[in-house]
Amino acid sequence: MNIIVVGLSHKTATVDIREMVAFSPNDIGKPLSALVALEGIAEGVIVSTCNRVEIYTTTRDIAGGLERVRRFFADWHQLPYDQVEPYLYSYHGEEAIRHVFRVASSLDSMIVGEPQILGQIKTSYGYAAELKSSGIILNRLLHKAFSVAKRVRTETAIASSAVSVSFAAVERAKKIFDSLTDKTVLLIGAGEMCELAARHFQANGVKNVMVANRTFERAERLAEMFGGTAIRFDALFDHLHKADIILTSTGAPRFIITPKDLDEVIYRRRNKPMFFIDIAVPRDIDPEVNNLDAVYLYDMDDLQQVVSANLENRKLEAEKAELIIAEEIGQFFNWLATLEVTPTIVAMRKQFDELRQIELARTMSSWKDAPVDAELRLEALTNAMMNKILHTPTAVLKEAGKHQGNRTELYLDTLRTLFNLRH
Amino acid sequence: MAKILFYITLILYGAATLMYLYWLLRTTITTGNIARKVLLSGFIVHILAILHRFSTANHLQITNMHDSLSFFGLALVGIYLVVEHRYKVTSLGSFVTPAAFLAMLGSSALATELHPLDPVLQNAWVYSHTMLAFSSYALFTISGGTAVMYLIQSHLLKIKYPGHMFQKLPSLEKLDDISHRCLNFGFPMLTVAIITGALVATSTWGSYWSWDPKQTWSLITWLAYAALLHGRLAMGWRGKRAALLSLAGIILLLFSFVGVNLWFPGLHAFK
Repeated sequence: MNIIVVGLSHKTATVDIREMVAFSPNDIGKPLSALVALEGIAEGVIVSTCNRVEIYTTTRDIAGGLERVRRFFADWHQLPYDQVEPYLYSYHGEEAIRHVFRVASSLDSMIVGEPQILGQIKTSYGYAAELKSSGIILNRLLHKAFSVAKRVRTETAIASSAVSVSFAAVERAKKIFDSLTDKTVLLIGAGEMCELAARHFQANGVKNVMVANRTFERAERLAEMFGGTAIRFDALFDHLHKADIILTSTGAPRFIITPKDLDEVIYRRRNKPMFFIDIAVPRDIDPEVNNLDAVYLYDMDDLQQVVSANLENRKLEAEKAELIIAEEIGQFFNWLATLEVTPTIVAMRKQFDELRQIELARTMSSWKDAPVDAELRLEALTNAMMNKILHTPTAVLKEAGKHQGNRTELYLDTLRTLFNLRH
Repeated sequence: MAKILFYITLILYGAATLMYLYWLLRTTITTGNIARKVLLSGFIVHILAILHRFSTANHLQITNMHDSLSFFGLALVGIYLVVEHRYKVTSLGSFVTPAAFLAMLGSSALATELHPLDPVLQNAWVYSHTMLAFSSYALFTISGGTAVMYLIQSHLLKIKYPGHMFQKLPSLEKLDDISHRCLNFGFPMLTVAIITGALVATSTWGSYWSWDPKQTWSLITWLAYAALLHGRLAMGWRGKRAALLSLAGIILLLFSFVGVNLWFPGLHAFK
């Protein structure tokens, strides 16, 4: 039995193409049963997310199976095959397994390491398992993919660094402060980016929020949104010492905070660290403040650099993940290879052994003056003969299983016919 | 037997040191846990080694630099294991275990012969004096380790360098907190060690203070740590300044612990 994968993703198709061939999760039952009803297709799982649409199936006939599943993409959505065909990729054998493992481990994602894809595959598999369109092979494949994804997550640092500006700011804050719950965030000015960052801080435990704005009403409105307090812009320096994390995005043409302004503030804070995040362009905070002992300043460029460095780092970690995957493919492939040949080998041995036992019993019952050790010796002799005879066919069969060719099927058929094996 | 146990300890500490450093510098997750287990086994063997050594002498005696360094290593690893468990800071191990390993390495290079201990010195006061002194040294060393980590982490945050190490090191606030707590425990211990030392001196040498080099340098160290703690409490010294002072304290400590014994003859000097 062979695993085949056919699909398209953000790497091969634009969003309008992906939309055309997407499968709605609310109505996944129909395409799933149509899929496994296709000639030669045994099992099927459909994964459909906004970044990829993929079909995993098993078949005996690789070429025919691939062709039918590729056509299924167009036929099911009533599109001309030519329109869909150029965007499709397909894999079989080891490459198919690798692809599934890579997708589940988020190595094939638009943002490498993002965690959503694993959940999406689990859901898709859930539908297929419920409708019984997946069987022994795909069940095992998907479960293996989940455990590989978990290994990648725990053994590499692929998802440990922030890849958005807001997350990068929160991540840095967590390296300055031990816990964010008892910290105060001060928003100076307003702006989408600034609000978004503040929300991220709230989501990470920050309880106290203060808002300062040149228009006090605006500050009050924002403060209400965050469940915080509004302060007057002129009174900014009376409150600054209460803030641990300061987000600024005013339209001011000049720096609103300089190192000199902070002397008094740092003194009142008894040197407790402060984290400034300057999102404004032109900048609101004099970059010199970063040279003060207890002050850490990041501007938009810094955060963006953090993000791109983290993305770069994820690529390095992805290489380690590929090694983990390669290791796991080997194991899975061996299981798959022996899956088909094992029952036949077992049946063959069983039949030979039964015949041996019958003949041995017959000989012993008619042999009147047999020496005491005759039965033991004959037992050993016949056993050794049987093992020697069966050794080569067993090895050839196992080897053929690994290569997944049509030959396996031929050998199995021949053996079953020649020895009249019941499967 | 004690010798074999000692060398097993040395090897285990060395292995733990390498693993902690590997863990810090590379992106590996599991090595940290293994390092801790190796260190813990080293610690247990170390206790056995010391028990075995002193059971042959029938009393706890630290009469030479070999035992002195070994005992310091034991206190350092023991207290470190507690701190790591309490604060979940594996990275601290990368800075503390090398110190323990070096102490043991130094110890292994020195003469191991036991000196007979004057019976007047075999009493509970002397025992608590040594115990407290070594525990305070260990706590100050850990405080120094977190100070180094603080300076590195603060530097990484300032230059905005997004390396692996930045991810492995804990937050500045936590580092400052651990450093502070170690001082809070270590300082009273050193104080009591000096007082018990003076009491012992009164009963054996007839004078509670004789300006022996060890006493002098311990007093200087004590004053330095007193200044640091006072600065923290009264003036809000923390962060970089506190870290630098803690490091200065370590240098003084190292001198009064090792340097004095090497260069100055005196009542504490080992024959």
